Amino acid sequence: MHLLHNEFPQSFHHKPKARAKPGDVITVDVRTEDPADIPPPGDFRLGGETRFVRVDIPLLAENNRLAEENRKHFKEHKLKVINLVSGPGAGKTTLLARTLQELADTVSCGVLVGDLETDSDARRLRHDKVPVAQLTTGSACHLDAHMIAHGFDALQMEEGQLLFIENVGNLVCPAEFDLGETVRVALFACTDGEDKPLKYPPIYRSAHMVLLTKCDIAEACGFDRAQALENLAKVCPDAEVMEVSSRTGDGFDRWIGFLRDLL
Amino acid sequence: MHETGIAEAGIRAALTEMERHGASRILSVTLRIGALAAVDPEAMRFAFEVACGGTPAEGAGLEIENVPAEAWCRYCGIAFTPESVSFFKCPQCGEYSGELRRGREIELARLEMDS
Repeated sequence: MHLLHNEFPQSFHHKPKARAKPGDVITVDVRTEDPADIPPPGDFRLGGETRFVRVDIPLLAENNRLAEENRKHFKEHKLKVINLVSGPGAGKTTLLARTLQELADTVSCGVLVGDLETDSDARRLRHDKVPVAQLTTGSACHLDAHMIAHGFDALQMEEGQLLFIENVGNLVCPAEFDLGETVRVALFACTDGEDKPLKYPPIYRSAHMVLLTKCDIAEACGFDRAQALENLAKVCPDAEVMEVSSRTGDGFDRWIGFLRDLL
Repeated sequence: MHETGIAEAGIRAALTEMERHGASRILSVTLRIGALAAVDPEAMRFAFEVACGGTPAEGAGLEIENVPAEAWCRYCGIAFTPESVSFFKCPQCGEYSGELRRGREIELARLEMDS
């Protein structure tokens, strides 16, 4: 590790400074806390010449390639895939649980749910007719196309029609990762505050649809609905917006209708 | 926090290029990062340093080339630099646009290698 002068660990600065007076010989310890043996750059026998090569390689290319494979695979199976994204606690699991209640008796559904740890979401989503797989990502803050391919393999879906993916609760990273989904739905909870889309625009801009959730308690939270809708219209003018409450079921007619129309 | 994955993908690609060019060390790497790519430069530097460890890119310098955002207005048919990172308001007609032409790049742009 190359440390710049101003990057030396704090403890280094706190050591009493020895000063060499004329005639003194002292030792000054200038080691960093983390000395590393780094091979010298280049090969001196080659005359120290280096060269620059322009490569221009997109670094998410591998994920995008796998996402396209997933998309093709899902299309062959006539499966529509819904990627639910939001920050933690916006109501993805509650929305999905009610959606399955209303839909799964007539439509063949499957669920992949991503979290860093625990299978508590998957257990909350348990439904007699629906295979559910919890994907524990460990430290990854998003699901990627490769994880979806693995997860889908683990679901036993006979003539499945809808696959729901509950992404890791995170308002930043999932925006960059195509999973091969048919539609991306971003949840925006009334409890989030109306300026959330302005603070985290990429995730909303990457979504086909935005669901305003927890509408039953919007008033109690002092949620400025008009301002929220205006913010969404600025950030993602092309996204369809629906308002729902997963607790009371308000707005579910439209949401379920939207899902049925995908089939 | 996906900077780690991106840094690892970057180093893998860089090492492949290095071998292809018959070099033995990577001395510096230039990444091209869009202004709206959701990549934090500080986290990227840290992740890059970790990813380089124990490879022929260990100790390599990292340069980040920023790409400014460029949005597109479908009504006026013009590209423009948005004033805000949150929303893209066309300077000509005032309509909001969700279309970005540039600014989401995450690319390995250039490599400096020995020989």
